[in-house]
Amino acid sequence: MAETATTQMVTLRIWRGDANGGSFVDYQTPVSHGMVVLDAVHQVQATQAMDLAVRWNCKAGKCGSCSAEINGNPRLMCMTQIAHLPTDQPITIEPIQAFPSIKDLVTDVSWNYEVKKRIKPFQPREPDAADGTWRMEQADVDRVQEFRKCIECFLCQDVCHVLRDHHKHAEFIGPRFLVHVAALEMHPLDTADRLEDLKDRDGVGYCNITKCCTKVCPEHITITDNAIIPLKERVVDEYYDPLMMLWRMIFPKRQPLPMVKP
Amino acid sequence: MADIQTHEHDVLVIGAGGAGLRAAIEASAAGVSVGLVCKSLLGKAHTVMAEGGIAAALANVDERDNWKVHFADTMRGGQYVNNWRMAQLHAQEAPARVRELEAWGAVFDRTADGRILQRNFGGHRYPRLAHVGDRTGLEMIRTLQDHGVHKGITVYMETTVVRLLKDGDRIAGALAYTRERGRFLLFKAKAIVLATGGIGKAYKITSNSWEYTGDGHTLAYDAGAELQDMEFIQFHPTGMIWPLSVRGILVTEGVRGEGGVLLNNKGERFMFNDIPDNYKSQTAKDAEEGWRYCQGDKNANRPPELLTRDHVARCILREVRAGRGSPHGGVYLDIQWIKEKIPNAPEHIKKKLPSMYHQFKELGDIDITTEPMEVGPTTHYVMGGVKVDADSQMSRIPGLFACGECAVGINGANRLGGNSLSDLLVFGKRAGEYAGKYAKDAKPTTLRQEDVDAAAKWTLEPFDRQGGDEGPYIIQQDLQDMMQDLVGIVRKEDEMQRALEGLGKLKERAKKAKIVGNREYNPGWHTALDLHNLLTVSEAITRCALVRKESRGGHFREDFQDKDAAFGKVNLVTRKGPDGEMQVEQVPIPEMPAELKQIIEEMK
Repeated sequence: MAETATTQMVTLRIWRGDANGGSFVDYQTPVSHGMVVLDAVHQVQATQAMDLAVRWNCKAGKCGSCSAEINGNPRLMCMTQIAHLPTDQPITIEPIQAFPSIKDLVTDVSWNYEVKKRIKPFQPREPDAADGTWRMEQADVDRVQEFRKCIECFLCQDVCHVLRDHHKHAEFIGPRFLVHVAALEMHPLDTADRLEDLKDRDGVGYCNITKCCTKVCPEHITITDNAIIPLKERVVDEYYDPLMMLWRMIFPKRQPLPMVKP
Repeated sequence: MADIQTHEHDVLVIGAGGAGLRAAIEASAAGVSVGLVCKSLLGKAHTVMAEGGIAAALANVDERDNWKVHFADTMRGGQYVNNWRMAQLHAQEAPARVRELEAWGAVFDRTADGRILQRNFGGHRYPRLAHVGDRTGLEMIRTLQDHGVHKGITVYMETTVVRLLKDGDRIAGALAYTRERGRFLLFKAKAIVLATGGIGKAYKITSNSWEYTGDGHTLAYDAGAELQDMEFIQFHPTGMIWPLSVRGILVTEGVRGEGGVLLNNKGERFMFNDIPDNYKSQTAKDAEEGWRYCQGDKNANRPPELLTRDHVARCILREVRAGRGSPHGGVYLDIQWIKEKIPNAPEHIKKKLPSMYHQFKELGDIDITTEPMEVGPTTHYVMGGVKVDADSQMSRIPGLFACGECAVGINGANRLGGNSLSDLLVFGKRAGEYAGKYAKDAKPTTLRQEDVDAAAKWTLEPFDRQGGDEGPYIIQQDLQDMMQDLVGIVRKEDEMQRALEGLGKLKERAKKAKIVGNREYNPGWHTALDLHNLLTVSEAITRCALVRKESRGGHFREDFQDKDAAFGKVNLVTRKGPDGEMQVEQVPIPEMPAELKQIIEEMK
């Protein structure tokens, strides 16, 4: 552990602009031991560029507001120590790319809020006990709790090539909301059925399991393996399994199936 | 003004943390039109940072718990200057509010028999905090958010309210601007619920986010409502202190609940040296008993690390001042020692305190499963706030409600950990319910154009300033430094008098703060406006702290170190006088009913 706050000068190469375009601007600023990228950006804002737009809140990795691309890597600015980056060259900071620019480091992520509204909400079964409460084993909620760690930083959305490169925002809800659906579908109390939506409207088939989302998740959620692949399997079992097709010909109204825990 | 867009709602909720979301959900359940305004994106409010849990006497882990014990604990923690009616309602209603969250999809950690697990926390006699690892606040806000978005509430994200507007004495609306474009939104509303959180950004070392600039406190004060108990600020004993740039970030009390101990630089567990008389009977005699308590032994008393936050913070400060601190001016918080007690301790710590593990690993290069942490006090919470009716949460302005951290009452001189999240739920629901009722019965109101114009002019005035040579950020930093130094954990008369003078000078500087750029997403402009709120709450804190010549809870006077029974009978109420100056009045605390007195007596 360092005992003193030594300072050195670094160059931040920050993207400045808005929806009409922009460019990188270099700012020299002193940094001390332990500073994170967000600190350095704030220092630039306070002393050199008072109108520099940056979205942030908790500065503790809990709210997921300060997502950006730092030297090309999707990261939270508040959880990226400058000491962990090469400081002999400029540190590039730009907004996430999968969503439209508003200004400087701030993007319009409102699409994500619209997507979430469309997903069928939680619908619990009847309570287990007379006092209106439920019983759930810890082992049965571990997986759902993993998904519920999500801080909605949208870095997974940013890095997903279906959204970022192919702009399939109209047909694909992206890793964040597949995790959200998985958390609902695997919730021991939930009774709603989202498989048809997943297949048709939410575009779960677009994901081709490159796991880029898992790699960038600051909460270390195993997005692809634990959330998306099991959802894909459920959709396949439901809609493409020949035995199931036969079952549905006999019982046209959907019957509740025993859920297989991944 | 031509560029003002008007929206009309029966109930307007300002703030979308736990309290605001819960209020909006309840108001919309009453069938009225609800607007919800938040400074950030939805789901990012300060509630996400709450770690430890929600205090509610569910009695899932210890069957001896009930609302009466919770009530007595809350009053004891608040040093009996709480609003006893709010403390009672809170203790009675918190269990139902927690179960309701489960019905809305929250996934709490479980007991062996499948119920909601509860953990130990400072000042709570029994394990009482429903929790999800150390990210309970996130679970709560996400549950409310995901439930709320299906309730027909109109959400205005990244929108800041600058003024409340009245029709005569009644509340009638609010003027706001959007961060993105800097455009004005005018809200016409029959009822307004303030749920704006706290004031932590008045201090240099704080666990609070940029949003905590005392907006609701100031909006209410400017509109003619009263503030109360503003001298009571909670300095959480354990914030990160190193590296400097992360100074203030919270280290959850849950670390101590799981067995973490506080040590000075001699390796001494100093908390055993100072146990207040009124907690002696319920504090562990030795380290062994404290450990047994953390392991769930119902016959053991809690370790002294789990005394109330005000007391632990002062003990830490004393160690540091006596030269027994850690290298960076704090003390050590050690959880890794539990490896002496349990197998697989590192895995256990990571499972129980995952975000603490990551926070120290990523920001401090410390592995808490093998090394102690360095911690010190951080500004965490304001007990004071808008004075409201206990049952309805309405202020003295008809139609203006307040709930959560920006309201006052339940916590008295010191808040117990875990009582904040339950406060948000209990009184958020009540505020929403009563605001909905009020709006249904209220006659239509009208806004005066000159009031709207004046508020808009005030908001844009920073763009017209000529000649100033300093920006708003430096003024904010100077304010934070001054409040930290002169009106911090340890206070005295002459320093606070200097702070009052300093506030006068800062107000003059704030009027001239220079900004650049235009109205689109311009943080410099926003900071210039926030200064008004920060300066207002700082003045209220300082003036009240000067009047209360005693030490109690979150207010410690070096020149009056003991409690004074006379001050134990009053709250300090702040309001804007007819001359525009701030007044402070000592207002007697209403007599507690006999049945509540009896509960406190029985629980002693």
